[in-house]
Amino acid sequence: MSCWQTIQDYGLRAVGIGERLLPREDFTLCQQFTLIGSGMIWNIYFGVFALILGFLLATALAMGKASSNRLLRKPSEWFIFVFRGSPLFIQFFFGYFLFLNLKNVSPIFDPFTAAWLGALIVLFLNTAAYSAEIFYGALLSIPKGDTEAADAYGMSGWSRFRRVIWPTMLRLAWPAYTNEAIFLFHATALVFFSGFPAWQQRGDALYYANYFADKTFNPFVPYPILAFYFILLTLVIVGVFGLVNSRLNKHLPQDLKPKLRLRPNLIR
Amino acid sequence: MSCYLTTGKHMSLYWSVLTVLLLLAITAPVALAFGFAGASAARSEFPPMRWFGKSYIAVVRGVPDIAFFLFFVIALDQAIEYLRHKALCPDWSEPIRQGNDFVVCQAAKMPLGEAPQWVHETYGFSLAVLTFAIVFGAFAANVLFGAMRAVPRAQLETAEAYGMTQRQTFWRILVPQMWVYALPGLSNLWMVLIKATPLLFLLGVEDIVYWARELGGTKTPRFTDYPHGDWRMWYFLALLVFYLLFTRVSEIVLDRIMARLTHGQATAAGEAQRKAAA
Repeated sequence: MSCWQTIQDYGLRAVGIGERLLPREDFTLCQQFTLIGSGMIWNIYFGVFALILGFLLATALAMGKASSNRLLRKPSEWFIFVFRGSPLFIQFFFGYFLFLNLKNVSPIFDPFTAAWLGALIVLFLNTAAYSAEIFYGALLSIPKGDTEAADAYGMSGWSRFRRVIWPTMLRLAWPAYTNEAIFLFHATALVFFSGFPAWQQRGDALYYANYFADKTFNPFVPYPILAFYFILLTLVIVGVFGLVNSRLNKHLPQDLKPKLRLRPNLIR
Repeated sequence: MSCYLTTGKHMSLYWSVLTVLLLLAITAPVALAFGFAGASAARSEFPPMRWFGKSYIAVVRGVPDIAFFLFFVIALDQAIEYLRHKALCPDWSEPIRQGNDFVVCQAAKMPLGEAPQWVHETYGFSLAVLTFAIVFGAFAANVLFGAMRAVPRAQLETAEAYGMTQRQTFWRILVPQMWVYALPGLSNLWMVLIKATPLLFLLGVEDIVYWARELGGTKTPRFTDYPHGDWRMWYFLALLVFYLLFTRVSEIVLDRIMARLTHGQATAAGEAQRKAAA
């Protein structure tokens, strides 16, 4: 079987298009590359959607935590503490069993026990908490002069937030937020190892890498392939976030622009 | 209720909490040693050493840690068996990799086939510890590497002016002073390490996640005196609370250590302490 044939058969296997049966013996390098690559679709799906949704909630949470109103501040603080203080792995398990129990209450919750929605919700809440802490830190370090200038121009409320506070907060938070994004994509690899079932063997990249390692009892091929894909993905994220970073810092004099310093060194 | 919580299997759950604590207690110093070695290698004068240190840090940090956990456990196991095979059975002619099988002679099996159960468990646990140490060693190396560079240059120059050798400067000046710069990074790492402990489950150790799944599952009256429905949600809620408390306690302790280490240092925090005391 030619490699092109394999790509046609298994290229979209992770979303259920193509051959049903996974290869069982005589694993070729091409098969491993194709299947693990097809699993990356899930990693990217979880990462992108959790990041976008999480960004919105994180902004709200950061504003809540910085608010002087107790009713807004306390819930935000607790939310951030709970999701940052406990392991993501346990959160996945808890989320899965919670959704299982809810399913007995009402059939509306059926899709929540599937990975595509349930795991996405857990990841979304988790990244929202981590990003909110980053944004909160940035919010506190907005230069006093900037808000004073906004006051002097007669801005207040929404327009002050929209034009001064929010862009400055993003600009300051961006390097740390890039790390958070990288880290979130790495965390997506946990999904299918934490309760959520891989329906019809439609799993993510690590799921397939693990499948091959189990079948061949040789970890030295599938895991380096997985590492290759993840390093590629990391480079893409760094590139995209770098573009946004230069856009956010466009107004600053050239030599003052903070360079993106990458230290993706966390695990949940 | 108290009867239910003290059944034999619940006792295993409590023991597995100790397993987690033991893992933390062993891994933290070992990872720190790995990190120290990695950081020293990365700033070595000798290029291959430096490349080795830097690539160790870069590769481990660039890939999801869980992939490393799954990889190292098999890889280390096979490496050990391969070495033992070479040493113990020199006249074995067949290849070790036969298609999808990994074949070594009986004497090279690790642990030996007839070994008692606890040896198997201990072996699995030490593989897990080693894996954790390798992965977290890379993170620690990164932190220490940064901390070594953060020690003010003037301090090292003064040491050289006093005629200390490179080695003396490193051990007497650099190493004692770098901890205050390393502590924020290391305490962050400690938090991360705590939160990585449930991954033990994936390495085949019977840890708290394993027991929570086991005990929470639906029980029928046939097998137990305490039948109940699917309680796994509540068991995992308990684990969640356990980890939250653990994190909180660590935070408080680390803050105290930081205050102790800052004492008398030429940093902004040290300056603040002096002012507060005066």
